[in-house]
Amino acid sequence: MSAPFPHRHLTGIYGLQPHEILFLLDEAEQWIALNRATSKHDDRLSGLTLINAFFENSTRTLLSFEIAGKRLGADVVNMHAGQSSVKKGETLIDTAMTLNAMRADMIVIRHQSSGAVQLIADKVDCPVLNAGDGRHEHPTQALLDTLTIRRRKGRIEGLIVAICGDVLHSRVARSNILALTALGAEVRVVAPPTLMPAAIERMGVIPFTDFNAGLDGADVVMMLRLQNERMDGAYLPSPREYHALYGLTPERLERAAPDALVMHPGPMNRGVEITSSVADHPTRSAITEQVEMGVAVRMACLDVLTRRKRGVEGWAT
Amino acid sequence: MSSGNLAILNGRIVDPVAGTITTGGVLIRDRHIAAVGKFEIPAIVETIDAKGAHIAPGLVDLGCFRVDMPAFAAGGITRAALMPDQAPVLDHAAMVQWAAAAGKPDVWIHPIAAATKALGGTELAEIGLMKAAGACAVATGRSWIADSGVMHRLLGYARALDMLVIAHAEDGGLTAGATATEGETATRLGLAAAPAIAEAMAVARDIMLAEANGARLHFRQLTTAAAFDLVRAAKKRGVAVTCGISPAHLLLSDIEMSGFRTFARLSPPLRDADDRKAALAAIADGTIDVICSSHDPKGPEAKRLPFADAEDGMSGAETLLTLSLTLVRDGLLTLPALIALLSTEPARLLGISGGTLSMGAEADLILFDPDKPWKIDSDRMAGSAGNTPFDGLPVQGRVLRTIKGGVPVS
Repeated sequence: MSAPFPHRHLTGIYGLQPHEILFLLDEAEQWIALNRATSKHDDRLSGLTLINAFFENSTRTLLSFEIAGKRLGADVVNMHAGQSSVKKGETLIDTAMTLNAMRADMIVIRHQSSGAVQLIADKVDCPVLNAGDGRHEHPTQALLDTLTIRRRKGRIEGLIVAICGDVLHSRVARSNILALTALGAEVRVVAPPTLMPAAIERMGVIPFTDFNAGLDGADVVMMLRLQNERMDGAYLPSPREYHALYGLTPERLERAAPDALVMHPGPMNRGVEITSSVADHPTRSAITEQVEMGVAVRMACLDVLTRRKRGVEGWAT
Repeated sequence: MSSGNLAILNGRIVDPVAGTITTGGVLIRDRHIAAVGKFEIPAIVETIDAKGAHIAPGLVDLGCFRVDMPAFAAGGITRAALMPDQAPVLDHAAMVQWAAAAGKPDVWIHPIAAATKALGGTELAEIGLMKAAGACAVATGRSWIADSGVMHRLLGYARALDMLVIAHAEDGGLTAGATATEGETATRLGLAAAPAIAEAMAVARDIMLAEANGARLHFRQLTTAAAFDLVRAAKKRGVAVTCGISPAHLLLSDIEMSGFRTFARLSPPLRDADDRKAALAAIADGTIDVICSSHDPKGPEAKRLPFADAEDGMSGAETLLTLSLTLVRDGLLTLPALIALLSTEPARLLGISGGTLSMGAEADLILFDPDKPWKIDSDRMAGSAGNTPFDGLPVQGRVLRTIKGGVPVS
């Protein structure tokens, strides 16, 4: 019998079967309770080394992986691009081989180039987790978003989820599209025409350039972060115009389902893609819950991907 | 065998000019073709038994980026037109002279002059002096000339010198920062992409400017349906416009980039399946004049990187004939017509010798077996790098001997 999660790495949602996604979500559930307890410690990763190699700046994802690793008892080391030999011209592969030679047991990577994580995963001996590569994928974000939706709504299948904003440059959007469509949600993407990827409908989603139409009856409204550099006139005229056309305001939210959930991967540009009163809404907003689910999901991923190495029954090769 | 006297016997002679395949041999005297078909074998001459292999003119490669002799010899290329994108750039007569000498005697390198200084796209280079130094044509290099005024003046100037202008057809405003063609594959992979019409937009402008100037214009590689339509229509009007393509764009589409395969990162980028079909149609109806290798060997330091950070280009010289033979097997071209696209036409456009079996022509020949099965293997290429998107592909057809000026070089 094969293990319920037969993959060596987590480089993306692409390639995962629906039951494998659900398995990771189910595994994450147990860690939510632990994380809410006074003593938040488990020692199943004791003795293992987790390296967080972040070639691109990050606060919450790095912190989330660090906490996840420590709560499971791993020795966690963080490597920032600013401190690394990457700045001295070392190639990505050489950096990867260096981490490998230090006998890391898990490597978490964030990199600004699409495909960079796959490149490293092909070269190292231990499991590699993608913490975001360029505009390609950010699988743990999609897992935590999916878990948040499932806990709030009780299901994924049949829900209308609108993913709104800078879809073109968003790895969060791509991973969520893959995860949510795999689990049977109706996914819409809402973006200005300049930030809508070509042929996005081939990923099984319905594209909208009209925010109001895209929100109509949506059960979940997932806002994306708008990077500052998109607002300088090349893609969008101004933050003010973006807010007027694509900002989530209380009035716009009225168009969605009455109990629609509001999500955002953070960090938010308050007053640009989302109005504060929506972001902080006591019942509709799930934004802080997303952060909480993030730790649980990452604990589950670290646990599952090291089971073979730890010789957990049913997982050893 | 260095005497330049040689008799090749028992072959099948592919004549791209006559459009025929006949049995027989080729007699070479003093490095030139002395007889083709049946002839008396002089007693003192050395002989090669072709054992039924095909004999054709050596290939003339219109536009490669590196002088890579082992790859040229393995691929049957006896004359290679070298793009000006060298370090330093071929924008000075001295550089042209240096490049022209780089391949002799095994393969002749025909330098293509840079159209503008340092290929910057703004100031005309000394095209006339470079022509006198041996430049066979003038090219915009890897990128287009954004300034329409500069392109206009270049075409008029080249017209006066009777030089072919070789253009790269991609609108730089649309392709800025892009590494792929817009479409499902680029979207799934999260790659910065440009719409395929970037090519036709550049072609439309350059055809209008060439027509206005009466200049001869060649697009080194065209890859999209819209661009072929423009060239087809212009040819019908009598504009002196021609175009080429590499086998990769005829045989592969953008889905080859899946898994972030940097060997499939090319310039122009691989297109979608519809454009690939349009390219095959353009081969069949004669819109495409030349098939070129676009030989651009790149080692792991340029390719073993994340897709967005890797360099464009494929190592194509060794597999040029092999991959092109697919077109004959698929019934799009006769074998002599294919050889014409690989030798006669590029030689004619560049105004250089080659591409013919006529009496007195230089004895640049290849022996090849159009059916011989083999497998393309990146790790076992003759050239300086193995960056081919066809790695691992079982193929048919291989060059057996390459003969330059009557002297076998492989």
